[in-house]
Amino acid sequence: MTNIKGIAASNGVAIAKAYKLEAPDLSFDKKVIDDVEAEVTRLNDALDISKKELETIKENARKTLGDEHAEIFSAHLLVLGDPELINPIEDNIKTNKVNAESALDETATMFVNMFKAMDNEYMRERAADIQDVTKRVMAHLLNVSFPDPALIDEEVIVLAEDLTPSDTAQLNKQFVKGFTTNIGGRTSHSAIMARSLEIPAVVGTKTITNDAKEGDTIIVDGIDGHVIINPSDDVIKQYEQKQADFEKQKEIWAKLKDEPTVSSDGKHVELVANIGTPEDVTGIINNGGEGVGLYRTEFLYMGKSELPTEDEQFEAYKSVLEQMGDKPVVVRTLDIGGDKELSYLDLPKEMNPFLGFRAIRLCLERDDIFRVQLRALLRASTYGNLKIMFPMIATLNEFREAKQLLLEEKQNLQKEGVEVSDNIEVGIMVEIPSTAVIARQFAKEVDFFSIGTNDLIQYTMAADRMNERVSYLYQPYHPAILNLVNNVIEAAHAEGKWAGMCGEMAGDSIAIPILLGLGLDEFSMSATSILPARTQIKDLSKEELASYKDQLLSMSTADEVEAFIREKTNQ
Amino acid sequence: MAAEKVVTITDSTGVHARPATVLVNKAGSFSSDINLEYNGKSVNLKSIMGVMSLGIPKDAEIKFIAEGSDEQEAIDAIYDVIKKEGLGE
Repeated sequence: MTNIKGIAASNGVAIAKAYKLEAPDLSFDKKVIDDVEAEVTRLNDALDISKKELETIKENARKTLGDEHAEIFSAHLLVLGDPELINPIEDNIKTNKVNAESALDETATMFVNMFKAMDNEYMRERAADIQDVTKRVMAHLLNVSFPDPALIDEEVIVLAEDLTPSDTAQLNKQFVKGFTTNIGGRTSHSAIMARSLEIPAVVGTKTITNDAKEGDTIIVDGIDGHVIINPSDDVIKQYEQKQADFEKQKEIWAKLKDEPTVSSDGKHVELVANIGTPEDVTGIINNGGEGVGLYRTEFLYMGKSELPTEDEQFEAYKSVLEQMGDKPVVVRTLDIGGDKELSYLDLPKEMNPFLGFRAIRLCLERDDIFRVQLRALLRASTYGNLKIMFPMIATLNEFREAKQLLLEEKQNLQKEGVEVSDNIEVGIMVEIPSTAVIARQFAKEVDFFSIGTNDLIQYTMAADRMNERVSYLYQPYHPAILNLVNNVIEAAHAEGKWAGMCGEMAGDSIAIPILLGLGLDEFSMSATSILPARTQIKDLSKEELASYKDQLLSMSTADEVEAFIREKTNQ
Repeated sequence: MAAEKVVTITDSTGVHARPATVLVNKAGSFSSDINLEYNGKSVNLKSIMGVMSLGIPKDAEIKFIAEGSDEQEAIDAIYDVIKKEGLGE
């Protein structure tokens, strides 16, 4: 039995067999073979089993991600049946008596290089598709397993170096009971996705993929951040109890599902949720959320081979708005770049991606992409209570420019006879310190602020949130952060606007009393944090907490702030 | 005798993966030999890699040639796909 400490990323306890999601070793030797027919049969068998797997993946993708996402696998299937690919491989085996592995590699490499050499960026990207497909065939020829999250069909705990957002999006909740990774922190995307999928997760274990073997029994304790490999029966019992207790706690929270969020002295605040796809709305409804505080639209753009069309986006936005009825839905426009890449945009690698060409910076330069999204949003606006939010705004000019594009597209649509709502609030995400500092000037022009604390903290503390060695600097309660947050809230209220927060901090039990006292109007968090937060706020007095404001803002360290709040709120 | 059809591509991405997939699948349902010509090169329309390797961009003029027992039906069906997919005219 081994107990490994990691970072608790998503609440809950899971016990199941280990499933390693690792890139397989596909190295092979070039060999001369005697039995040519047997070699061709071996090739065809590998092709057949690969096709069957792709059919399964395609079906799963259709069910979980929709028809559009599944289409790419139809193309992959055609590649495996393509005479231009298969015939040269067979000829090579027959005439040169080489083994199937080297014949496959030779032809696949030829095609990959041909596509890579094309002058059309889109066609160059197709090289990756051919590689994907032929790797699967190669794995079958070599008899090594080719792990694929979409193929999992028994209860497992997924173990990986890291999970990309699209890996995480492919996890089937029915079978994937939990996951644990070597790298990552509480705010890495895999952790955020785990919370929105409500799967227990522990990240940042550093060594889990080395420590555990495929098929080992694993306990993931996403409450306290432990991973236990091959536990004894006693330990399993103990964790089954912990799992049951957690379920019971969830039932207590569930009683507040249909209640408004009110402090002990009768002040209402809005508890809303962060979502990534229209499917996540179910989680908000089940957890009693009062709206969507952050709809991350980049998932529409990720895990595919081309930009989403205007209609495709319109359908997604409309679906979220309709499901939420008259409740507010804050949609953040495309925030790509940083750690979120789009292979088909062919963006150059940057030294400091978080300080680079991303989010609104990219959208203002590539307004061909941005306008499509704005049109889709405007068209969907009549189906609910839409608010549009621009990410990574550093200057007022960026906001003005983005708003101007929105107005232009609104006029274009109206000229085309398309109905657009007249009551769309347009706000910004505050995640760059320069914007937080002059929030007063911004407040005159924007309709609302939403403070994105994950980035605001990393930019204020100059500490990369993906770098574990500087993770001690990720200090949400640092007085510098509290002063910036306070500045934004005061600026909003001075102009009669509202201020929200959509970072991880908004759902944190130490931060909630601070933010309530500072006067935050809207708290946006993972759907699963809403009921615990509502339970907590019910027992907090907003007036009392507001009286500590000056004291908190003049403290010297995050530890001092935390100790003070713990004492005042009995935590 | 062969059946032919010339088409101009109007889709802004050109012949990309999705419509190419539909075209190749459609071609595969006919017994005739079907070729696609563009820029002096001719490929087998039943091959996705062949079709994609042409890298056909917007505004390209391409020609479909079918030869066999069902050549006219094949050309008609392919032109149908072109129109339905909004690929060209």
